[in-house]
Amino acid sequence: MTEESFSIKKYLRDVPLPFCPGCGAVTVMSEFLRAVHETGYRNLDKFVFCSGIGCSAWIPSPHFKADSVHTLHGRSIPVATGIKLMRPDVNVVVFGGDGDIVGIGLSHFIHAARRNLDIFVIMVNNMIYGMTGGQVAPTTPFKSKTTTTPYGSFEYPLDAARLAATAGAAYVARWTTAQTTELRSSLKKALELKGFRFIEAVSQCPTAFGRRAGFKNAGEMVRWLRDNAVPLEEAEKLAEDELAGKIVTGEFVQKQRPTLDKVVYSMIEEARKKVEEI
Amino acid sequence: MKKRSVENVYFWQGNEACAEAALAADCRFFAGYPITPASEIAEHLARRLPQTGGVALQMEDELAAIGAVVGASWAGAKAMTATSGPGFDLMQETIGWAFMTETPCVIVDVQRLGPSTGQATKCGQGDVMQARWGTHGDYVAIALSPNSVRETFDLTIRAFNLAEKYRTPVVLLTDEEIAHMRERVTVPFLESMEIINRRKPKPNEKMFFGSDEVPPMPSVGEGFDVAVTGSTHDEYGIRFTSDPDVHKRLVERLNGKILDHAEEIVETETYNISKCEVGIVCFGCTSRSVYDAVELAEAKGHKVGYVRLKTMWPFPEKTVKQLSKTASKIIIPEMNLKQVFYEVQRVAGDSTKVVPLNKIGGGVPITPEEMLAKIEEEIR
Ligand SMILES: Cc1ncc(C[n+]2csc(CCOP(=O)(O)OP(=O)(O)O)c2C)c(N)n1
Ligand code: SF4
Ligand SMILES: [Mg+2]
Repeated sequence: MTEESFSIKKYLRDVPLPFCPGCGAVTVMSEFLRAVHETGYRNLDKFVFCSGIGCSAWIPSPHFKADSVHTLHGRSIPVATGIKLMRPDVNVVVFGGDGDIVGIGLSHFIHAARRNLDIFVIMVNNMIYGMTGGQVAPTTPFKSKTTTTPYGSFEYPLDAARLAATAGAAYVARWTTAQTTELRSSLKKALELKGFRFIEAVSQCPTAFGRRAGFKNAGEMVRWLRDNAVPLEEAEKLAEDELAGKIVTGEFVQKQRPTLDKVVYSMIEEARKKVEEI
Repeated sequence: MKKRSVENVYFWQGNEACAEAALAADCRFFAGYPITPASEIAEHLARRLPQTGGVALQMEDELAAIGAVVGASWAGAKAMTATSGPGFDLMQETIGWAFMTETPCVIVDVQRLGPSTGQATKCGQGDVMQARWGTHGDYVAIALSPNSVRETFDLTIRAFNLAEKYRTPVVLLTDEEIAHMRERVTVPFLESMEIINRRKPKPNEKMFFGSDEVPPMPSVGEGFDVAVTGSTHDEYGIRFTSDPDVHKRLVERLNGKILDHAEEIVETETYNISKCEVGIVCFGCTSRSVYDAVELAEAKGHKVGYVRLKTMWPFPEKTVKQLSKTASKIIIPEMNLKQVFYEVQRVAGDSTKVVPLNKIGGGVPITPEEMLAKIEEEIR
């Protein structure tokens, strides 16, 4: 590995970024690219990016100098499934928002984890439908004001990280954008693992969530994320009511199982042998 | 493993013929979700695709099935899914995405009787307009409709060829009758069939979404840094969310690349269309009764001709127009409540009387006798 210093520009096309000032998606984008660089890559040639619809889904598309497939709202994981099975040799990385990955696309997320599809899913959980202007999401904290919950959200939020772990993911971690060191080291770790890898980055959307939720600016949101993050080990000692409104961070699972492509292709080998025997 | 040369005589179901044709066309990927009357295609390919090194998956729903198909196509594989009405509904958004991203793929819709769950195991022909207008926005569909097991084989291969040639999704619009009936099929040598593959870019090419009418298509993982998006994009795949010119340029080209080649895409079977008094425009399973009815009518001395639509979309306007110039009356038998009827009316003009013959429910086909009665009613 050459000791080349990191320059984000090397990885990006010359197309203006669409994100609002202070948006957490930018943090996730740059931490991912730093992680790629620190893992030893010097370009994105070995990667294929897939994303759905939403602000966060714009992270790779068309900005990364790489193959990027910008799909429909919620459908990045099925598309990634087709790509991975036809090209098991490429690293397929999915970016998406909370609405995209665990709202409209939730079923695909669970099934891909169950199948141990060898892809890396990075979800920017800004707790809101950002792109459409701040409607309640399945991840919105209880009682938060959004444009469609003017009296406060009356639903309990979904724990995407634990869900992925239960469904069979190979690696699951959750960090906030206030924990860039931990986030980056998790990203690096996941880049080197196989199987369904999921990192949830709890993030700030100052524009569509922050203002209505009473935050003055992005900085205040990041401080709030930092102060509410509870390490997994600590959280295990706390009662449910003590955890209300907290963000449990850490690594939730790391395990190895044969990946879908490996299982499918060894089945294909068997099937072909049988035909030859006939 | 060498691909099996299918040269033999088979006793196939329409659905089996479809699955085997996909293999003959070099389909490497299938993803589906169980639904009557299409499931046999998935079942057959689940067994056969792995034998030829391909992948067949059952996904969690039809949204996922077609998504995986489009993904596989971008990974360089010929890919197909098969479904029926309710699943075809769910696929519509992604069909539009495939159109916009110029992704070759084949969607088989084995029509059953809707609306909704309707009579799920019974035959219908009610998805004709859905195949044309199912997704939103300005787009053009290609849809083919076989009327025999052998033709299901041929048109499945043609569906792949058109998809690859024009870089667009193609619908094989079959129906429960054709899909489930068995016929003796003699399949030609694989070597004698024309198999078309997408045009690939040269190493330094960068315009994968324009300039050429049908631009070359790279695969992901080949180093082209291709940016694929269903948002409006320029020739390089870069998103333009509000520029009117970029949108117009893209969408007009996407429409034009099909419509300007309608003559090549359209296939019909015609009989006696320059000498008939009464004409018939038919398609799919219903056309089989038409064959018999025409014989019966001729035995009685009537001059009858027909146009059978093998291509449903783009609509075979020229041939239907030709029929309308000789026939003073055109009957359109369909197992729905008038879909092709309006197309014929639009094309035929005022001097020809356009007569509907519709039948729905229970999957009961329009019989040759009912067809004949209609012909005689119009001749009288
Ligand atoms: C089928 C469909 N329904 C709705 C939309 C509208 N839509 C666009 S982005 C979005 C929400 C995005 O939220 P999220 O995935 O959390 O991404 P964020 O913008 O917050 O990063 C919605 C509902 C759409 N594009 N497609
Ligand atoms: S609306 Fe929110 S999520 Fe979208 S770019 Fe702006 S700050 Fe980021
Ligand atoms: Mg969001």
